[in-house]
Amino acid sequence: MKIHEYQAKQLLKAAGVTVPEGIVAKTPDEAAAAFEQLGGSLAVVKSQIHAGGRGKGRFKEYPDQPGVVLVRSAAEARENAERMLGSTLVTIQTGEEGKQVNTLLIEEGLDIASELYLGVIVDRAAGGVVAMMSSEGGTEIEKVAHETPEKILTAPVKAGYGLQAAQARRLAYQLGLDANALASAQAFLPKLVQFFIDNDCTQVEINPLVVTGDGQFVALDAKVGFDDNALFRHKNFLELRDLTEEDESEVRASDTGLSYVKLDGNIGCLVNGAGLAMSTMDLIKHHGGEPANFLDVGGGANVEQVTEAFRIILADANVKAVLVNIFGGIMKCDVIVEALLAAYDQVGFTVPLVVRLEGTNVEKAREMLAASGKDIIPATDLTDAAKKVVGSISA
Amino acid sequence: MSILVTEKTRVITQGITGKTGLFHSQKSREYAKECQPDVDVFVGGVTPGKGGQEVDGFPVFNSVAEAVEKAGANTSMVFVPPPFCGDAIIECIDAGIELIVAITEGIPTLDMVRVEAYLKGSKSRLIGPNCPGIITPGIAKIGIMPGYIHKPGGVGLISKSGTLTYEAAWQLGNLGLGQSTAVGIGGDPIIGTTFIDLLELFENDPGTDAIMMIGEIGGNAEVLAAEYIKEHVTKPVAGFIAGQTAPPGKRMGHAGAIISGGSGTAAEKMEALEAAGVVVAKSPADMGKAMQEAIARRNG
Repeated sequence: MKIHEYQAKQLLKAAGVTVPEGIVAKTPDEAAAAFEQLGGSLAVVKSQIHAGGRGKGRFKEYPDQPGVVLVRSAAEARENAERMLGSTLVTIQTGEEGKQVNTLLIEEGLDIASELYLGVIVDRAAGGVVAMMSSEGGTEIEKVAHETPEKILTAPVKAGYGLQAAQARRLAYQLGLDANALASAQAFLPKLVQFFIDNDCTQVEINPLVVTGDGQFVALDAKVGFDDNALFRHKNFLELRDLTEEDESEVRASDTGLSYVKLDGNIGCLVNGAGLAMSTMDLIKHHGGEPANFLDVGGGANVEQVTEAFRIILADANVKAVLVNIFGGIMKCDVIVEALLAAYDQVGFTVPLVVRLEGTNVEKAREMLAASGKDIIPATDLTDAAKKVVGSISA
Repeated sequence: MSILVTEKTRVITQGITGKTGLFHSQKSREYAKECQPDVDVFVGGVTPGKGGQEVDGFPVFNSVAEAVEKAGANTSMVFVPPPFCGDAIIECIDAGIELIVAITEGIPTLDMVRVEAYLKGSKSRLIGPNCPGIITPGIAKIGIMPGYIHKPGGVGLISKSGTLTYEAAWQLGNLGLGQSTAVGIGGDPIIGTTFIDLLELFENDPGTDAIMMIGEIGGNAEVLAAEYIKEHVTKPVAGFIAGQTAPPGKRMGHAGAIISGGSGTAAEKMEALEAAGVVVAKSPADMGKAMQEAIARRNG
């Protein structure tokens, strides 16, 4: 689960991590009032969407308006907010369709001496939490990681111990920071790692992490993601969820216990198991088609779930054909077909439906399909299924 | 011959009084009975607070340590719900269980970080979590896979996925290629047993003649496996990577199956495997054929 920058900063501040003074604004008036309240000669107006690349992003309605902008007066804050609020911001991460901005964060301007990168993640290979830092702060950290991996410094966190002050000092020296900043690093870095651990994060990214003229570490940006599997022990995070940031059909699917991801193609897929579902997308592409979605009905699909799955797939106007690919293991094929047939009637199919079944009780299931009298195209194996579903569109 | 699951394996189920835990314990017991009629492979279950009871002939113990002592268990199949599963695995490690097979899906990642720390230096091996389990066809299965699709034979099968493993086993079986042992390692960010661990075991297992590995997008485990194969594996290897068409930044069901920052793509994994001499299937329909080709290349 992702949250907004302003929410992340509120949580970080409560955990003792230094963030800039900031005020949330949902109207141009609030933006102007925030500028006054901050009391400085300079403030930053920041669009609150989950995607990154906001500074370089521009609005569809105002092609010259950046997603993050410096302002020098309350009037300027108001004018920018008028253009930004309710408009659609397109960044490198939003895709062409962009994201509507409903909230702004107005922050004090800082005396920035240098910009660093700090990320905390779970490193699969090491099997633990790791803190990563780089002197190359800013927006292009992926490029740094790719082209000059030696500029990414790491500190593995020993399970149960957190980041040690010694590790924070080592990072600070490697980054070439002066004595002033050293004390700040020793305080800031362990706190941030502890925040990651205490809150079951999947990522905490501070980019940039700025060092101010007087040597203080301040989290100028904050990208925080939580482990969905651990939300049961952080129930308060659920109210931070912004459903406008999520795809409507993906939310609908997850409410039904389905795993669905919308894609751009025209062949809908309904599959049991994540690996097989991804492979089914690959299979369609391999035979010249384009998958419209990833959909995993899980191990114990019932009539309700299959019906809802069909509805979600068919709600996508691009879908011109549907492929069902089931390998029945413990979940028997005849039980799946029973659900399929019931769902077929409830949904009302208008596009070709190709069904490939294999596994437990497959003979019985195939007979049920054939005897149903419904316009369902049976397939014998994976290749046959792909050819038939791709062919049903081009025919 | 086979790896990890042998005639000596004696299994208890943690979470046996739950519906899923009991169901799969029964199915696994049936399979083991067909294979080894004179032996009790599944010797009981553990549910704290329910020790002394019996469910469908399985004695229930309060703790894993008690099950080890009284029923001679050396293996545990874990169906404990996600919030308590990390702790259940640690209980196994503490009790000296040799093989822990964690089926449970949805364990918090940081709980698994804790489990990893406990595993280091212990004598326990963990398979999973979030996996179908492990089967040595003709001996026993510990997990949720349908037993009949796995024929006994010489292919060591390693996979991150559930139903895709069944698909692979099915294709292999249709070509007369049974399996020595098939292992689902799970698709979570942190798992107990990796591709490399199993490649090493299969390479050293006289009952395994060839190896098939099925990976997916996300992380770099397959790339590390490719490096290992190049250096250490002499047996023919075939592979498949799921998610060739998956878009970046989207999670595809498995917590680990997400491409980020231009790494972990199917293309780079396939390239690494091919460079290590692995025959890589382009289509999931050709996994069995890829194994056949890898074996034929070695023989020809």
